[in-house]
Amino acid sequence: MLAMNYRGPLRIRVDRDRPVPEIEHPYDAIVRVTRSLICGSDLHLYHGLVPDTRVGMTFGHEFTGVVEEVGSGVQNLKVGDHVLVPFNIACGTCPFCKQELYGNCHESNPEATAVGGFFGYAHIGGGYDGGQAEYVRVPYADVSPTVIPAGMDIEDAVLLTDVVPTGYQAAEMGGIRKGDTVVVFGAGPVGIMAARCAWLFGAGRVIVIDHIDYRLEFVKKYSYCEAYNFREMDDPVMFLKRQTDWFGADVCIDAVGCDASGSAMQTITGKKLLLQAGAATALHWAINSVKKGGIVSVVGVYGPPFNLIPMGSLMNKGITLRANQASVKRLLPKLIDHVMAGRLDPKGIITHRVPLEEISDAYHIFSMKQDNCIKPLLIPPRASWA
Amino acid sequence: MENVKIEPDQIISIDRQLANSPKDHIPGWGIDADPENDPTYPMKNWNGADYERFNYQKPPQQPVRFEVFHSIERPGITRVFGTSTPPRGLSGRIRSYAYKYSEATSAHWMTLLLADRVDSVEGIISDLKSGTIPNIFKERGWTAEWKYNRAGLVDKVVTGLVVTTVLISLLSSRRK
Ligand SMILES: NC(=O)c1ccc[n+]([C@@H]2O[C@H](COP(=O)([O-])OP(=O)(O)OC[C@H]3O[C@@H](n4cnc5c(N)ncnc54)[C@H](O)[C@@H]3O)[C@@H](O)[C@H]2O)c1
Ligand SMILES: [Zn+2]
Ligand SMILES: [Zn+2]
Repeated sequence: MLAMNYRGPLRIRVDRDRPVPEIEHPYDAIVRVTRSLICGSDLHLYHGLVPDTRVGMTFGHEFTGVVEEVGSGVQNLKVGDHVLVPFNIACGTCPFCKQELYGNCHESNPEATAVGGFFGYAHIGGGYDGGQAEYVRVPYADVSPTVIPAGMDIEDAVLLTDVVPTGYQAAEMGGIRKGDTVVVFGAGPVGIMAARCAWLFGAGRVIVIDHIDYRLEFVKKYSYCEAYNFREMDDPVMFLKRQTDWFGADVCIDAVGCDASGSAMQTITGKKLLLQAGAATALHWAINSVKKGGIVSVVGVYGPPFNLIPMGSLMNKGITLRANQASVKRLLPKLIDHVMAGRLDPKGIITHRVPLEEISDAYHIFSMKQDNCIKPLLIPPRASWA
Repeated sequence: MENVKIEPDQIISIDRQLANSPKDHIPGWGIDADPENDPTYPMKNWNGADYERFNYQKPPQQPVRFEVFHSIERPGITRVFGTSTPPRGLSGRIRSYAYKYSEATSAHWMTLLLADRVDSVEGIISDLKSGTIPNIFKERGWTAEWKYNRAGLVDKVVTGLVVTTVLISLLSSRRK
């Protein structure tokens, strides 16, 4: 089969003769991929920032597909079902899954206890090959994979595997109250979706910060919000203080993570010398520009071992810091409803539809923010479904 | 001091920033607002499962067909795990050393990053051994770079050439 193959930082190719994955466990299913996406999280792998990313791995944790085969213990899914597969691999019965923390399962990742099991996310995510391929092994097939509702566009469905729930949970963790001013750092797919979802919780004002003009233009329209370029400010924290009557925002959302730009100190220590796990610039700004007693919600991904953040402000201002991997399965019913009712329009963020064979270029364009790219979609050669 | 209760709608009308209330033209505005959500939505639906640490219902064990490392912060491997890229070569040995340390240590993570770098060199060697010359340009997406950032790419190539020429001339002049 065709599959993406990681060769080292910034190097990706397509294998044509990769063996099709097999059932390894009674709860497995084998899924033939119909659509998959490249995520900002994949860029952390692509840039070599994530420990235990092994050469030869296939990335990809956002995909839909047709069930081709099921293990002896699978009961809910059957061959031929067209499913969207949440990025979390979750057993459904451990204490964390039972409390709906599906992104923090205890039985899907031997390599790191701090991290749940994720498709195609290095060995720090459990060592699973991912969905940027023609076929994927999907463990615990009865738990998370969800049949795509009749009438739902496949491009909406594939975005429900990660971006929509992550953006939504970013807003949800912000504990937004009606009228709140919400600042979102990052106008990538996740930040765009977080800004859009902030309104569902009754935000009164939504401000997005990034430094890429085409993305700022995009988010302004798509998420009905204000958007500003931090390169045009001396100090983004001062800018936000001024914008919020010198109080600070009620809620700040970090939708950037460890690949942030904007601070020479963070970039040198985090991305050049690797003395910290990437650059924590956005989180630093978020903590400093939220109001006293405010909430900072983090969905941007950070790696081990640690990052430099202003702990003093966090403590002195009494800030609540909330963070997690999205719990996709928990949020799916509500989000399917929002999509079907037209309140959310996920596919509106897809800008590039690329054959799987051209994945190296797709990574490059997405990573370098070229050709006005927001979200690239990969289409495998045999992507038909009934 | 007594708490004055302000209705959310009132907040909107008193906040001068909100003269243009987003309410009217945004699909679903406020539909998921939850006044009970204070300080925030419960991230977990607590049901006591935290105390079922030994006796929770576990799935069957996936058979182990090759070496699978596990964090020393847990007693063994999980019931299910990925089968991508088993450890191999020098990078594999470095990884196995890294897994002797907990996730709280830099020794664990920095050693893994080192293994990753070694792995990519080993990848090139094994490519060459099997008769594949890795097409680095294609792998790095330079077709796209040519299309969308031609000037930048030309700069990169020219800088590369200049640096190489200078290095070569320095080295050869030293030898004289
Ligand atoms: N928690 C989860 O479940 C989850 C799921 C998916 C993605 N993520 C993470 O969310 C983050 C964003 O993902 P994405 O797909 O939108 O990625 P992306 O790379 O497309 O977007 C990141 C954006 O942040 C901008 N940026 C960089 N530095 C900034 C700064 N200092 N301030 C403000 N903006 C800055 C970039 O210009 C870019 O537009 C990533 O870290 C990704 O790993 C988390
Ligand atoms: Zn993702
Ligand atoms: Zn679990």
